[in-house]
Amino acid sequence: MSRSALLVLADGRFPAGGHAHSGGAEAAVRAGRITGAASLEDFARGRLHTAGLVSASLAAAAALGVDPSALDAAADARTPSPALRAVARRLGRQLMRAARATWPSPELDAVAAEFPKGMHQPVVLGLLARAAGLGAVDAAYCAAYESVGGPATATVRLLSLDPFDATAVLARLAPELDRVADRAVEAARRVLDDGVEALPAASAPLLEIDAEAHAAWPARLFAS
Amino acid sequence: MNDVSATAGIVACDDGRGGTALPVLESDGPLALRRTRASGSEAHVMLVGAMSGPHGGDRLAVRAEVRRGARLRVGSAAATIALPGQIKGEARYDVRLDVADGGELHWLPEQLISAGGSELYVTTRVDLAGTARLVLREEQVLGRVGEQPGRLTSRLTVRIDGRVLLDQELACGPDAPGGWDGPAVLAGHRAVGQLVIVRPEFAVEPVAARMMGEQAVLVPLAGPGALVTAVAADALRLRQVLDGVLAELD
Amino acid sequence: MHLDHPHDGPSAVSADARRPDGRRRALRIGLGGPVGSGKTATVAALCRALRAELSLAVVTNDIYTREDAEFLLREAVLPPERITAVETGACPHTAIRDDISANLEAVEDLEDAVGPLDLILVESGGDNLTATFSRGLVDAQIFVIDVAGGDDIPRKGGPGVTTADLLVVNKTDLAPYVGSDLGRMASDAKAQRAELPVVFQSLRGEDGVRDVSAWVRARLAAWTACA
Repeated sequence: MSRSALLVLADGRFPAGGHAHSGGAEAAVRAGRITGAASLEDFARGRLHTAGLVSASLAAAAALGVDPSALDAAADARTPSPALRAVARRLGRQLMRAARATWPSPELDAVAAEFPKGMHQPVVLGLLARAAGLGAVDAAYCAAYESVGGPATATVRLLSLDPFDATAVLARLAPELDRVADRAVEAARRVLDDGVEALPAASAPLLEIDAEAHAAWPARLFAS
Repeated sequence: MNDVSATAGIVACDDGRGGTALPVLESDGPLALRRTRASGSEAHVMLVGAMSGPHGGDRLAVRAEVRRGARLRVGSAAATIALPGQIKGEARYDVRLDVADGGELHWLPEQLISAGGSELYVTTRVDLAGTARLVLREEQVLGRVGEQPGRLTSRLTVRIDGRVLLDQELACGPDAPGGWDGPAVLAGHRAVGQLVIVRPEFAVEPVAARMMGEQAVLVPLAGPGALVTAVAADALRLRQVLDGVLAELD
Repeated sequence: MHLDHPHDGPSAVSADARRPDGRRRALRIGLGGPVGSGKTATVAALCRALRAELSLAVVTNDIYTREDAEFLLREAVLPPERITAVETGACPHTAIRDDISANLEAVEDLEDAVGPLDLILVESGGDNLTATFSRGLVDAQIFVIDVAGGDDIPRKGGPGVTTADLLVVNKTDLAPYVGSDLGRMASDAKAQRAELPVVFQSLRGEDGVRDVSAWVRARLAAWTACA
């Protein structure tokens, strides 16, 4: 694997649309549940161990070469909110575009042609990791990190939170990110033998509920 | 008390006279099943907990099979309380539900209460044929009044013709992965529930997503199903929300 | 501006001039500029001026969701299916320059839904003087400033004023009231932009958008001639 390729892929400036999404932070801020660094940390930790773990496992499994359409269906079953399913597919399309420009590969072209409506973003992330010569661990790390990095950046904009405090939250979560990435890769390897049911299905009721409420707001800063 | 291992089973089939027969109704250990008065073509069964289990180390299972064209409604007489066992260790409670084409199952148990110090892993797995119908309610209450909850992990999987429609796991209580009580997951709410409704006609005309108050939402799943996800301060308020949706969709 | 290159993949990546089916895509023109300078009003006027002769669509990049899109809908400058809003996560300049993926989705979705299109106008969220469009997103860009924002803006320069394919100085009717010197603005703009064109306009007058729509027509003719 190329550590440099991992940095390119994990960079928050990688142009795949993430900047317009708060990962549920905008709704949690409006509901008064994120008010500062401490509650941001608690939010990010909960998202990491639920949606983050599932995303990381999907990405790792895709990087291992598991059938992307089976993973996409598994992602649907783990995402009850139609707003979140739509966002995941839209971000998947955006990531696919960036992927094909940055690490062109026949496999990416074939998947893009087969799924013109897009696939869940973590599945595309795993395919992109493959194209970039990266492994399942790298894909899992990218997905897990993204699950907390997005809300942290968004909260800086939403609450004018001190960016040092927000980044310190991410640093404090680092050991848990490591564990989630490890669990995700273990689960992805089980998928090779046991099928996609071996993927974690960790859910977060409030992320699901708030996503639908947020999608119905007439005015908001973030797309999700 | 020693660990308990028990499996109760129900089989419902069309009795050929417009009603539903129950050729199998097997109680086991703490899991007692009683047939109650039917309504129309629908057979009713009540799960009567003979003990207030499951305790740590117990292995309990319930299996229900609804055959072609049969209609079954299963409820429970009281809430199930997960309690700590004399020996350390996780209890398991596995529910397996199968519904054949043209069959209909209403699975409406009372709440599952996770008492302080308990450890329980619940799995509910539903396998539906393409034209089967389902209403399934699942409610968890974290701790008895004024008590910290035990460790509870609950996984719910619904398949239609082998294809997964819904797969959700919720873990809470001591030693659950971090943030479970934080702003992304439960935010201090002590009751959480889901209502799954599967109807073949949802494939053509899915429900529209909408909020049911501030802490519950009705959504169309990626298939012929609908789901209500709700959190509430307590079991009573949770039930009010879920009952409200059920009444509206009936 | 963009060279055609052979396309055998399933869909465009960014600036590719052809759609997946091989047809030439619509010309994309970006409109940027500070808050309140009249971007949305110019887009509305362009739609009214061009909609009879061209197949048009608009993408807005709002700071706060759909405000500009809602304005265009209320004004009924185009049928609603021809107007799309992109959400920008409080960073409108990012969506038109650093990470254009959502805007590319939006323009392609419009071509799929209501195409074939001749022209797509991409309006940026009101932002600062440094916000310019990526060449991966638009083929040409118009930067809109106004006389009320201060007659020293052309002198100050910045990427929008200096490099935009067309600089529009809007609301010239207000110049006497806000004490702006149009002559000075014109000479400063000339100094910053050399041969790049500048249009002074007031949308209050009859056919106030005439010069800008003529410029758009010329760009479109050049784009079509490349086909």
